[in-house]
Amino acid sequence: MTPARGPRAVRIAAGQGFWGDWLEAPYRQVTGGPVDYLMMDYLAEVTMSILQKQKSRDPSLGYAKDFVSSMERILPIVAERGIKVTANAGGVNPRACAQAVADVARRLKLGGKLRIGVVTGDDLLGRLDGLLARGHELRNLDTGRPLSDVRDRVLAANAYLGARPIVEALRQGADVVITGRVTDTGLTLAPMIHAFDWPPDAWDLLAAGTVAGHTIECGAQCSGGNCLVDWERIPDLANVGYPIVEARADGTFEISKHPGTGGRISVAGVTEQLVYEMGDPAAYITPDCIADFTTIRLEQAGKDRVRVSGVRGKSATDKLKVSVAYFYGYKAVGTLVYSWPDAYAKARAADRVLRRRLESLRLRFEAIHTELVGADATHGRLALEDLAVEGLPEVQLRVGVRSPDRAAVERFTREIAPLILNGPPSVTGFAGGRPKPEEIVAYWPALLDKTMVEPCVEIVEA
Amino acid sequence: MTRRSSKRRVRLVELAHARSGDKGDTANIGLIARKPEYYPLLVNQVTVARVARHFKDMITGHVERFELPNLHALNFLLHGALDGGGTISLKTDAQGKVFSTALLRLVVELPR
Repeated sequence: MTPARGPRAVRIAAGQGFWGDWLEAPYRQVTGGPVDYLMMDYLAEVTMSILQKQKSRDPSLGYAKDFVSSMERILPIVAERGIKVTANAGGVNPRACAQAVADVARRLKLGGKLRIGVVTGDDLLGRLDGLLARGHELRNLDTGRPLSDVRDRVLAANAYLGARPIVEALRQGADVVITGRVTDTGLTLAPMIHAFDWPPDAWDLLAAGTVAGHTIECGAQCSGGNCLVDWERIPDLANVGYPIVEARADGTFEISKHPGTGGRISVAGVTEQLVYEMGDPAAYITPDCIADFTTIRLEQAGKDRVRVSGVRGKSATDKLKVSVAYFYGYKAVGTLVYSWPDAYAKARAADRVLRRRLESLRLRFEAIHTELVGADATHGRLALEDLAVEGLPEVQLRVGVRSPDRAAVERFTREIAPLILNGPPSVTGFAGGRPKPEEIVAYWPALLDKTMVEPCVEIVEA
Repeated sequence: MTRRSSKRRVRLVELAHARSGDKGDTANIGLIARKPEYYPLLVNQVTVARVARHFKDMITGHVERFELPNLHALNFLLHGALDGGGTISLKTDAQGKVFSTALLRLVVELPR
């Protein structure tokens, strides 16, 4: 492995790209070679509402429990090697998450050796009515509607905090920093600000750290996973190496992975990750800065090593993004599989029969959506332009419905199985039984003045 | 296409790769030239109008395009692509993960 030139680089390893990511990754990242920080991202847009629900049932829950199990496995190693951890695993209850990690540390005889930083202040659920009363409308960024439209159905509301409170926790000597809703990129940027003492208005540097964070926040998605370019020849995905940022004080960094691991770090693969979930590339807005992705320079600096430089940034805005989760209604999806001959035509016919029956029952749906999996589910009519549907060996009929009325969705779920005996022939694949109506928790993005949110940092001694 | 044509028609998948994701009801597609010399062709032929026409049966909103010449890439935003998006959507591809490959079906003209 070629070390980055110049003064010592700080190595930040991605250990988790989402809640549910590979359980082996954090352990492999702290044992596979030298790293200074382990960064773990757990929170997707709707995760907070799931956690809020858990907390309402049991006030000691509401965080990513997987994180505690991971820490149990790696704490002795990170303590011995002095690796620091940043994670937004705290969900809606970072203090309880910190307590759980502290308990694990004591059980592992690491009591007195571990400082846990806790970042809170993002949770706005209890403050919503006060904010609305003071004229903060929290209008939906996509639809423009004021939050008051759905206020009585709100389940969670969190501001996205940036890197600063994590930096403060690291300054206070935290070995593990557990946060609620902070940006994915802040978890990577914070160690850089801390290590290099970057000032709050060093916009180009903060933008570089943000680009580094965006590059590794989805874990192996920048090191060969889900990579379209040359995918058949990406080596040893079974043993895929998660990415590591080797950052330097001047804002340049390299993306690498541990030696001997699978996957690939290439310019093409890193580029795929850079454009992932991208809006206006010249204005990637975070609480810390605005990064300009059109200034990024990439070069292959060696095998499985991409060098990133040239990143420019602009001053941060005076707003924070807020994610609100609210109850929307109900949905259910039913599936049946039709076989050759005429699999496609049979599935289409079954869909027509089903829709006629739903209509005659006068059920109220906001949407009924049909897909024929194996033919047009993901590419729609584009797929049918050059597909000989007559020859398909099987097609899965997949019908979904959505409604504010639970009873309508419930009734729909009882209309699938009868088709097996009273609809078109050659049908199978119903072993899973009747589909279950699901509650829909929807996402409401909004903006709030930064001055309305005060991040709080505490230290818990294990 | 005639045999005498000076242009060759190919699918975008031969010239570019792509990755897509979601923000609410909007799908984004990052389209990346496989070789830097293909980038001007993407800029000239994979226009907002063509992409909007390509996806006309799959999206309800408008299309935006941003250029990243530094990465030889274009970024497209397809609004109203995900049946409400995220948890609301009834689509298999509720998060727009494979809109990228649907774009790669587009046919472009390559000089011989």
